[in-house]
Amino acid sequence: MTEGDKGSLEPYNVPTAPFRPGDKSDFGGPWVEQPGDLSRPDPVNCEAPDTHDHAHGLIRVLGDDDSASGEWNPELDAATLIHGLELMMKLRIYDDRMIKMQRTGKLSFYMRSLGEEAIAIAQTMALDDTDWIFPSYRQPGAQFVRGRDMVSMICHCIGNTEDNIRGRQMPVHYSWKEGYFISISSPVGTQFSQAVGVAMASAYKGDDQATITWLGDGTSAQGDYHYGLNFASVFKPPVILNVVNNQWAISTHRNLATGGENFAARGLAYGIPSLRVDGNDFLALYSVTKWARERARAGKGATHIEVYTYRAGGHSSSDDPSIYRPGNEFEFWPGGDPVNRLKKHLISIGAWSEEKDAELTQQIDDEVMAAYKEACTFGDLANGPFPPASTIFTEVYESVPWHVQEQREELGK
Amino acid sequence: MTEMNMIQSLNSALDTLLEKDENVVIFGEDVGYFGGVFRVTSGLQEKHGMHRVFDAPLAEGGIAAIAFGMGLNGLRPVAEIQFADYIFPAYDQIVNEIAKLRHRSGGEFSTPVTIRTPAGGGIKGGHHHSQSPESQFTHTPGLKVVYCSNPTNAKGLLTSSIECNDPVIFFEPKRCYRGPFYGDPHNVPTWKGHEDGDVPEGYFSMPLEEARIVREGSACTVIAWGTMVHVAQKGIEESGIDAELIDLQTLLPWDRDTVVNSVKKTGRCVIVHEAPKTSGFGAEMSASIQERCFWHLESPILRVTGWDTPFPHTTEWDYLPSPGRISEAIKKTQEA
Repeated sequence: MTEGDKGSLEPYNVPTAPFRPGDKSDFGGPWVEQPGDLSRPDPVNCEAPDTHDHAHGLIRVLGDDDSASGEWNPELDAATLIHGLELMMKLRIYDDRMIKMQRTGKLSFYMRSLGEEAIAIAQTMALDDTDWIFPSYRQPGAQFVRGRDMVSMICHCIGNTEDNIRGRQMPVHYSWKEGYFISISSPVGTQFSQAVGVAMASAYKGDDQATITWLGDGTSAQGDYHYGLNFASVFKPPVILNVVNNQWAISTHRNLATGGENFAARGLAYGIPSLRVDGNDFLALYSVTKWARERARAGKGATHIEVYTYRAGGHSSSDDPSIYRPGNEFEFWPGGDPVNRLKKHLISIGAWSEEKDAELTQQIDDEVMAAYKEACTFGDLANGPFPPASTIFTEVYESVPWHVQEQREELGK
Repeated sequence: MTEMNMIQSLNSALDTLLEKDENVVIFGEDVGYFGGVFRVTSGLQEKHGMHRVFDAPLAEGGIAAIAFGMGLNGLRPVAEIQFADYIFPAYDQIVNEIAKLRHRSGGEFSTPVTIRTPAGGGIKGGHHHSQSPESQFTHTPGLKVVYCSNPTNAKGLLTSSIECNDPVIFFEPKRCYRGPFYGDPHNVPTWKGHEDGDVPEGYFSMPLEEARIVREGSACTVIAWGTMVHVAQKGIEESGIDAELIDLQTLLPWDRDTVVNSVKKTGRCVIVHEAPKTSGFGAEMSASIQERCFWHLESPILRVTGWDTPFPHTTEWDYLPSPGRISEAIKKTQEA
């Protein structure tokens, strides 16, 4: 090797995103995988190797022509689908309102589910109402499925006097006991292995209660992901383990989370039946989650699911994605827009119309606006009121210990 | 009352609680079939069943996460981390998750996890089987930190820790499992005949957050926990000074009143711990004691601790506080 060669040799591979600002994104055009390509194995008798093709392929129900077909078609009635559409629309409009609040200084921070609305909505609809939910950042929508009051959600995001967690956490870290909804932790990933423990306790008690959890492609690099998979593989509790592969972890591409191409198939190595699903296909998401829930109910243990999607918005209100990826990249995503796809399907079966859609949009918009205004009556970020300072000291322990009490008295509030 | 060593008394506490509360489950590396590398869970799986006492995969971070989830969902998990030195892969789950759940959920959720872990030196374990990481946890709001020192308080405090609705890190001084250690590695007695080796049978608890006066005295207050309680006892004897010895037992929240009352009485104070000096729990106590006892102090508060170095293997007796070092410190407090 001569002196001059040194510069041309890379000591190791440092991946970068395939497309950066100024590039034209290309995801290979419309998907080759079609609804009906993959069989629906019997969930109860299915073993990990039986899902080899499902982990490497892509489970779809909604075709490019907006029709629903294949063995994975959950055959939901129109009313259920319309309900799902409404919840997705509500989540999107709610997110839009919240991001506007953030931009005008009424929230400190926000994270939208844009482009990923189907995940929380369809998957939660496929569960029992008392199943535990361990979300990542883009599943607040699960709360809409379970009927959480929107005012209460906004109060949390503001951190005002009606925030049920007393202004202790950043916005979007929703916690909701009645909904079995555990708040995300900002270090991300910890929920994945915790969910396995919750499911083990359900199994121990003999409850028919499953646990679902999600983390992102980026977070799948954390040890907690592998702890979760491995403990689930060994103890086989009723848990549904989802990796939402939305292509981006803030500014880094999924190629930094794995040197391989596929997240679903990792589950096969753990002996867990694993599926890869179109994350923008409401029907496919509902269907795979029902399948996993059946396995849980039958005592067959965990299911691992790669939810294949695209993060259409920024990571959070704190980053501008056009700095690290082509600004129009979402337009090239073969999965399209999940809300629009379900809407077009409903229209194609004669159960929906543009007029109804516009009417519902207006109705939700009004509902969100009213909720936002009501939430602000309990305090806004600029003016308060906020929870009293005494809440700093409470619920650290079951009762306040002497040293915490002394410090509370020192603060004098 | 039955004569027990600390392994037997801890086993007895676990056995009693498994019997008493069907929500108690025990897991950790090698704790099931084998009964733990120190035998603390010996026989419990056979007696109480595979689902209640089971081996966990070798992943401390996973063990802590499972404990978090089980506690959240109504159980009372008791997880063993095989050596306190191995606890760091679980640190995030303990510090950010288990400790914070109650607060960050506005009190809607909580998880009554107990993590048992053998700590401290004296078994020729080198730097990864000898550390005393208690101050890593006393700096974490939301946790309780308990340190037993003999068969009786091991049983009583472990029972209370498991029954506590807050998460507890429960340190067991492994050097004292089979006998009190007075600082002489060539002469380690068993618990046989020791007054604290006579342990109540059946259900037995002792209050957390209370220190224990091991020996009353008037000339100096010596505070220790774990193995150092016994080493300090020897140090006091060697000094010939009428010192009062306090076994702290719970480090977070610690029993400041007992300590402060003693120091006000004696006017002198020596704090002993195995962990390194800098940012050790002795520093916290020392600061707190001077805030309360400044006008009663006749001499500076002294600390006798492990050095600010990694824990050594063959030279561990020069690392650990010895009766000689403790005795010298006590004498020094008398000079002023």
